[in-house]
This record gives sequence, structure tokens and C-alpha cells, in this order.
Amino acid sequence: MSARLVDALKRLAPQLIALAVILALNAAVSRGFFDIQFQNGRLYGSLIDVLNRGAPVAILSIGMTLVIATRGIDLSVGAVMAICGAVGASLIAGGYSLPATLAATIGIGLICGLWNGALVALLDIQPIIATLILMVAGRGIAQLVTEGVILTFNDASFIFIGSGAALGLPMPVLIWVALGIVVALLVRSTALGLLIEAVGVNRRASSLAGVDSRSLLLAVYATSGLCAAVAGIIAAADIKGADANNAGLWLELDAILAVVIGGTSLLGGRFSIIGSLIGAMIIQSVNTGILLSGFPPEFNLIIKAAIIVVILVVQSPASRSLWTFVRPERRREPRQVERVAR
Amino acid sequence: MLQSSPVLQARGIEKSFLGVRALDRVDLTIRAGEVHALLGENGAGKSTLIKIITGAYRRDAGDILLDGEAIDPRDVKHAQALGIGTVYQEVNLLPNLSVAENLFLGRQPRRFGLVRTGEMHRRSRELLADYGLSIDVAAPLGSFSVAIRQIIAIARAVDLSGKVLVLDEPTASLDTAEVEMLFDVIRKLKSRGLGIVFITHFLDQVFRVADTVTVLRNGRLIDSRPVAGLTRRTVISLMLGRELAEEERRAGTAAEPDASADAAFRFTGYGRRGRIAPFDLSVGRGEVVGIAGLLGSGRTETAELLFGIEPADSGTAEIDGKPAALTSPRAAIAAGFGFCPEDRKVDGIVDDLSVRENIALALQARRGWAKPLSRREQVELADRYIKALDIRTASRETPIKFLSGGNQQKALLARWLATDPKLLILDEPTRGIDVGAHAEIIRLIETLRQDGMSLVVISSELEELVVYASRVAVLSDRVHVAELTGEDVTPDGILNAIAAAHGTASVEAA
Amino acid sequence: MIRSKYLPVLTTLAIFVAAYVACVLQFPNMLSTRVIGNLLTDNAFLGIAAVGMTFVILSGGIDLSIGSVIAFTGIFLAVSMDTLGLHPIVAFVLALLIATVFGGVMGAIIHYLKMPAFIVTLAGMFFARGMAFLISTQSVPVSHPFYNELQSLYFRLPGGGRLTFVGMVMLAVFIGGALVAQRTRFGTNVYALGGNMQSAELMGVPVARTTIGIYALSGFLAGLSGIVFSLYTSAGYSLAAVGVELDAIAAVVIGGTLLTGGSGFVAGTFLGILIQGLIQTYIVFDGTLSSWWTKIVIGLLLFAFIALQRGILWMSERRRADWRGVGAPA
Repeated sequence: MSARLVDALKRLAPQLIALAVILALNAAVSRGFFDIQFQNGRLYGSLIDVLNRGAPVAILSIGMTLVIATRGIDLSVGAVMAICGAVGASLIAGGYSLPATLAATIGIGLICGLWNGALVALLDIQPIIATLILMVAGRGIAQLVTEGVILTFNDASFIFIGSGAALGLPMPVLIWVALGIVVALLVRSTALGLLIEAVGVNRRASSLAGVDSRSLLLAVYATSGLCAAVAGIIAAADIKGADANNAGLWLELDAILAVVIGGTSLLGGRFSIIGSLIGAMIIQSVNTGILLSGFPPEFNLIIKAAIIVVILVVQSPASRSLWTFVRPERRREPRQVERVAR
Repeated sequence: MLQSSPVLQARGIEKSFLGVRALDRVDLTIRAGEVHALLGENGAGKSTLIKIITGAYRRDAGDILLDGEAIDPRDVKHAQALGIGTVYQEVNLLPNLSVAENLFLGRQPRRFGLVRTGEMHRRSRELLADYGLSIDVAAPLGSFSVAIRQIIAIARAVDLSGKVLVLDEPTASLDTAEVEMLFDVIRKLKSRGLGIVFITHFLDQVFRVADTVTVLRNGRLIDSRPVAGLTRRTVISLMLGRELAEEERRAGTAAEPDASADAAFRFTGYGRRGRIAPFDLSVGRGEVVGIAGLLGSGRTETAELLFGIEPADSGTAEIDGKPAALTSPRAAIAAGFGFCPEDRKVDGIVDDLSVRENIALALQARRGWAKPLSRREQVELADRYIKALDIRTASRETPIKFLSGGNQQKALLARWLATDPKLLILDEPTRGIDVGAHAEIIRLIETLRQDGMSLVVISSELEELVVYASRVAVLSDRVHVAELTGEDVTPDGILNAIAAAHGTASVEAA
Repeated sequence: MIRSKYLPVLTTLAIFVAAYVACVLQFPNMLSTRVIGNLLTDNAFLGIAAVGMTFVILSGGIDLSIGSVIAFTGIFLAVSMDTLGLHPIVAFVLALLIATVFGGVMGAIIHYLKMPAFIVTLAGMFFARGMAFLISTQSVPVSHPFYNELQSLYFRLPGGGRLTFVGMVMLAVFIGGALVAQRTRFGTNVYALGGNMQSAELMGVPVARTTIGIYALSGFLAGLSGIVFSLYTSAGYSLAAVGVELDAIAAVVIGGTLLTGGSGFVAGTFLGILIQGLIQTYIVFDGTLSSWWTKIVIGLLLFAFIALQRGILWMSERRRADWRGVGAPA
């Protein structure tokens, strides 16, 4: 058991080191970065702020990790966030109870995910193309729900999800941590993780071994939709309204980036939800760090571009083959084939 | 025919991949104005040899002489410029471009930087007229039949190179009339003095167009001689393995036909349009049924039909007398089937996952995602089979892609044995596997049979097949043509059945 | 006989004509050169960028960076003229040079690192937008006599419509793009790459040169689109043109180009642009509908075209399966 924990830590070492370095840099430019106060029954501080602000990307990255592990991609999560935020806001503003609103909103997210999953699993459309449709149309649908205005509400219980606190921590932090643990436990304590990785590496061979790859793909895209719904609810609750234009804008790209930083390859296969969550925190730490350091916030984008380039170089099949050439794996030399033919 | 001068000579060609010898000191001599058939089963080394000659691979050792001068083709383009052109069966021009664009890609006639489309079309029509084709050269290549595409590919290759033309299974997906059309083209080119290398698995065609036959097996040159005076029977026996190492022969001495076996699995009138003609097949408990035939005869199609990958559209399947619907691999697995495919890399292993996960995969898939095998169960399972089948791996956590072919095959067998299957279908279980693992797999098949498992084994190694199979179904042209039992199950008996089928199924051209 | 390669683009043409007729029946005023002239002017920058995207998608790739490159070019022009006092023509040349090199570098990374175009151009998107922000986060107005001159250039169309300078540039780019796609070796190589990269390589297509060329062309056209956008808005703003890449991809796909590459026409993209423009014009004429319907309709059209392409593919696969029928023994 502890040996596997050490293994996991070893695998995540680059991400953890990167996070530590960025946090240290943040502390260097901003005194008291690590200071945490306890007031009014909740914790305050820059570190808590990183955890809180990073919630939407962290939540999206959970579903995105599973999608990417199957060698797919989900471009629609930002748009689905906008749809779900709009649905949630309009229902709660329309007087529905909180449980009904949440259930309906999450249901809409699942439907969006299933739509993507059906295009990918049943119609065999490439994931990037299949999810592009909802990415384009999604914001229009969200506008349709809000009727083109920023829909505001003042239901305290709904707002609590975005800005309340429990156990001393902001609600969004509790939600992403809980969702991350639940999904990670679900895939790792059942066989889902193994089956998802198998489908991502070789869908045909997995199907021939009896893996129900279609249902699996449907489930994975549905999970991504569900995560987008939760992220949409938090985003709406945070601003006490639904902004169909800007809710979740470009967050799909941040979520993909978080997954890639977390060590899951865009080519599918091995995945790590914890890694993706750390990736999301790395992205948020960079954001916060730039704000604190007084650089223009736009600097962010250049740093993200640089991060992608570094990951590209590391993950590229071309440089990977160079790497194995330099340091061969512990691979047994296959024995020479010497068929006796007389 | 008079022996003309050799246009292309390959001498002592050697090539290894990751330490596995694919070609072992192979010679090949192509003369001007001859059609030279290159024969061999999958993995015999045909395509490796061709790729070396056409520059797609670099050889490890040996010489290539063109018109008596040593050449060293760096890549396909270089070989083409030297005069060696290739037409592949699969990677076959660009169906989305027009015929003319395919013919002149990269050398379109231009004026002021713009392609002179009219001129290109005119020259394309002229070029194709030589081949008796009068078609709309502006239409996309994909709108024409495979036969016409092949001829266009040939026209391009000959126009670009002009000395040697390599045809890699050009007739694999053509019907009789189309084959005839292609043969006219081949004869015409032959009369123009080209040296033509013709790879095929249709023996009739060899006898109709080829002048010389070279047979490869397991990366070695078996024989090279003129077609005149050869019989089908001889060629088949050259192609199919007839030698078995002493060690392997001993491995299977326990085999003897189990006459008492009752048919546990019975397929009646089972077939699928476009894949394999309806056939009857039954497999008893504790029985191995062999499937034999040349490449392309429908062996793999039979296996894929039984396992539900391409479900049957006619006939019935019965298991222990009860009807079964084998509509998908999942359904087949639920019915107790297992299947080790021929192409291990594409259809079998999940290469990035560990040996442990690969072994556990099928059992886990059958249990469903909600009933996971615990880590400890997986470890026990993997360790048990690694020990029992002697899978040589650095550890059970090593990614399976780092194992040798034989050990990957054993891991795949372990994947199915873990599900405790009632019927195991093995497609070429010993292909591309080193001698030691070869004998072990034969011994394993025998052990499984004795334990009461039913097996269907496809193999082109006839000596090996007769060791464990009590009955052998013989296939030709996607039809089950014979079933041999008892005394008839001998390499000679199988060869005779295949040769007889080829004798009757072919329409001889005078 | 209609060839299947023309089927998608003819479908687009039919949809456009039918939609236009339906619009005119409802609002007869829409049948005027004024409306058409405005449609061309308003969509000029999108059209130019979409031509570049057509080449990228034809080759089987994707370019997510064009919106950012347009914004970068706009702010670069504004600042270099306003702050540095460069003549517009010098600024134009510099901007085009930067955009072209930028695209070429992305193409080189895609080819040599063998990474998906999607993720490489995503980095490009972040980078270009970031550089735009670095130049200025403010909206910088442009006022130069030369700009005014270009902006007031137009052909008067019969019926009172105006074909503006930017409209003319777009038409020229479409004609040039169609010529390059259909009548040059480079164009054929682009189709070849999109058809089957391996075959193309075996047939001697210079893959590296072509890939770099495609993304350099896309960068160049995104730069040109940025110039046109700057002329159109008389300002540079680093937050401008967000999401233009999606509109461009939509125009290309609605124009009948296969998203997996290898099949399609530059002219189809023009129709795709016109359809998008038509939807917007209709919404303006209607007055009660909201602009978000544009996105929903475009999403629906995207789905319809992707499904249509999938269907064509399935049919051709079915036909091929039938060819491989059992050779009937005599």
C-alpha cells in the first residue's frame, strides 16, 4: 500500500515540484503569500484564494482527464458551463427550490455530455469535431435561456455555493476536492480506470477482449458534461448571475492544459486525476502570481504558451524516441529468431 | 523462353528488427521481360524484401545490382529515380485527387507557376491510352474501381521508373474480369522489356502470368525456379511449413484424435456475405479442430465470424445443443469463447499497459466495471500465468510492448485462460515466434485439449497443425472445401486438398 | 452527372439560394446590392481568415490562432502608426511578415515535433493574444490620411450598393486562394496531405515544406485579415476578434470542406461566409430575433454537414465492402 503511495508521489514529482517553485516565486514577489487567517469561521489568505479561484478549471479538468484518457477531447465544456449556469440561474430566479434547480442543471449537463458521447461513440465522429458543434452552438443556447441579458438572482442558498464556506473552507474548494476524490475513488476502486486506459491505448484490441468501449465512451463524455454543469453552477453562484457570453469562456483550453500539465498524454492511456488537479492549481498559481507581482494579467497567456511548448517538447513522440535512445528502458533483448529450416 | 539478362539482382540480403531476423541471406534475380512471382505466407519476408529493394527500408547486409551496377536506394523516391517503381495493395495513390493529378503529382506541367490543367489532362489521356484506358482523367481517382486504380498506379510507376515494376498483391480485391484486365497490362509491360515482380497469394494467377517463382519462408529463400514444369502441389508444399524442429515434434506426441468427443459447439450453414461462404463446423469437448488454407482463403474471416467480430448473416450456432447468438465479441465471450488474433500488435496487446493489466483485461471486462479484480487478485493472476506459461518479462509491471513476440503471445493466451474459456480460437498462434516459445505453445495447446477445452486453431504450419488437430477444415477462396478426419489428417493430405481446390476453382486461361 | 466531391458544396449553394429566396420573400428589401455590399464589407476580415483556414483544414490540420493573430495585427498597426509614426504601408508589410513567420514556426513545430496541430496552434493562440496585450491593453484609435483614403475607396454598384476596398480585398483573396488551391503544385500537395499523409509522402510530396507553407499562408492571411479589420474598425484592440477561429472553421465546414481534410473548395468557404452573413442580416431585418440565433443556426448547420459527410463516407465504405465480395467459384 505505502509502496504504491511512494510510486504515485514519484510519478507526480515533476508537477509537485513545479507547483512548489511557482508558489515559492509567488511568496517572493508578495510578502505574506503563505499567511492564512481565520476570521468569521473561515480561512482567508492568498493560498486559499488560489484554491478557490482555481475551482472551475479543477472541476472541468476532472472530466477532461477521463475524456483525454480515452484519446478524446471535449471542446464544449466552456459552452456547457454557460448553458448550465443559465439554466440554474433562470430556474432559481423563477422560484424553483434549490434541490430541483441543482438536479435539473446537472441533468442538462449530463444530456450535453451524452450528446457529445453519442457523436463520438455511436457515429464515430472524431472527438475534436464532435464537440466543436456544441462549443459553437452552446453559447447561443445559453443566450436563448437567459434571453440575452445577464440573469441575476438573489437566492441565498444558491449564492452560498459560490461564496459560502463550510469547515473553514470556501464552498468551491470543498466541492472540487470532494468531486475529485469521489471520481478518483470511483475509477480506481472499480475497474473503470483500467478499462478507460485500455480503450484509450487500443480501442480495437480492448473491444476484442470484451470491453464495452461504446458505453464507456458515453459514460466518460457524460462525466465531462456533469463536471461542466457543476463548474457552471459555481461560476453562476459566484457572480450571482448567469453571463452567457463570458461564463466559462476559454476554460476548455485551461482544462485541457491542466490535464496535460498533470501528465496525462493527449494520445490517451495512462491518466491521473490528482495530477490534473495539481495542474489546475499550477495554472491558478501562475494567474495569482502575475496579479500579485504587478505584471499585467495578460502576461498569463504568454506563460501558458511557454508551458505548452515545454510540454510539447517533452511529450513529443519525436523527442521521446530520442530519450529512449539516450537511456534505453530496462528492456529484455528479444531472442534472435533462428527458425530451423532444413 | 530465352533467358534474358538480369535487370535486378539482390544478393545475400539481411535485415533484422529489434534483434528479430526478418530476412536471412536472401537472393533474388529479376530478368528483363519476365514476370517474377514472389510467394510466401504472412511473415515470410516478402514485404521486407520488397521494401528494401524499393528503398522503404535500409538493408543490414547484402548487395543490390541494377543492370549490373551496385545501387543503394535511400528512399522510395531515389529507387524510383533509379528505375524501380512500386504499386502497393493498400497505400495506393490518393483517392481524393483527380486521376491526372495522381499521375503527375509533383511534376505537373506549369506555365508562370500555374499548372496547365489542359496539358496535364491531355498527357494523362495519352499515357492511359497505352494501357487501353479511356476514362475521365479529371474525375477523382476514388470514383473508379480498384482495378482501374491499380492500372493508374502502374501507369504512374512505370512512367516514373521504367526498369523494374513491383506489384504488391495487386489482385487481392479484384474480380475475375478485372484480374484479366490487369494481366493484359502486365503482359504488355513484359513485352516492353520490364522486369516485373508480382506478389500474390492466388496460385492460379502465378501459373497464368509468371515466368519464375521465388518462395520465401520465415525470412529465408526456399527455392527459385521457372514456372514451367512446376505443379501446384509443389508450390504449395514450398510455401507452407513442412519442417518441424525435433523438439516441437516431441512436444506434441501425446496428441491423438479423440473419437469419443461429442460436438459441444456446432455451427450450421454459418456464413456472412462478402466475407465467407456458409460452412458447417463442429468442435467437440477436448478436441482441436485445425483450419488450413493459403493466405486469403478465408481462415481469419472464419475466426472473426465465430467470435462475432463480423457477425454471421446466415446459419445457426449451437452450444451444447442450445442455440446461441454470437452477435459481438462481448456476446461470444459471454458464451465462453476466447480469441487470440493473428495481428497481435493491432488487435491483441494493449501496448502501453503492463503485462498484469493485459492478462487481467478480458476477465475484468467480463466481470463488468463494478466488480473489479483487486490489485492482489490481479497480481496473483498475473504471477500464476507468468509462471505457468513461462512468460519472460522483467516484471509483471513491465509494459507489454517491451516483450518479445512469443512472450506477448503467451500473455494473450493467459488473458483468455484467465476467463476459463470453453472454446478458444487461435489465429496463427506460433507465427513470428522463436523456437523455444513455439514448442511451448504447441505443448500448451495439447495440455488445454487434455483438460477438456475445445480449440479452433488456424495455422499455415501444417506439420504443426496435424500434431494437435484431430480434424482439419480446408479453405480455398473463402469457401470451406473439405474437412479431413482420422487418417487423412497429414500434411500431405492437407496439401492435396488445397491443391485439388485450386485445380477446380480456377478457370484456366489457355 | 454530379460528382460526389461536389455534393457538399452544391448542398451549400442550394441552402444559400433557398435561404436567400426565403429571406427576400419575407423582406423584399433584402434583394438589393446595398445589402450584398454590406454583407461583403462586414464579413471581409472573417472571409480572408477563412481562406487560410480552408487550406489548413484541407491538409487535415486546424489553426486556432487566427483570432489572436488578427487582434495582434490590429494593435500592432495602431501602435506602430500612432506611437512610432510609421507609414501604414511599412506597418502593413511588417505586420504581414510577423504573421507569416509566426504561422511558419507553428507549422515547423507541428511537423518536426509530430504533435497535433490543435495543441500547437492553441499555444500560438495564447502567445499571439499575450503579445497583443503586451503591446497595449487599451483600444488604440487609428487616424491616418492614408487610412481614410483606403476607407473611402469603393465601387458604386448598380442599385446604390457599395463594394468597399475591404470587400474587394476579400474577393481578391478568395479568387487568389481558389487559384492556388486548384492550379498550383502547392495546392495539389495540400489536398494530397489531407487525403493520406503516408501516400502523399510515398508519392514524393515534400511534407515538411508543404506543412510549413500551409501554416505560414494561414498566418499571412490572418495578418491580412487583421489589416482589413483595422481598416474596418479604425482601431486596434487586443481583445478584438475573440472566437474568429470558430466562425472561420464553421464557414469552412458549412462550405462543404471535409473536417478531416482532403476534400473541399475555397469557393465553398465563400458560400459558408455568405450564409453566416445572411443569417446576421436576416436577424437585423427581423428586429425581434436576437443575435444568438446566429450561433445556434451555425451549430445546427455544422452538425448537419458533419453528419452528411459521415453519411457519404459510410456509403462509400459500404460500396467498397460489396466489392470485396466472395469470388464465386466457377
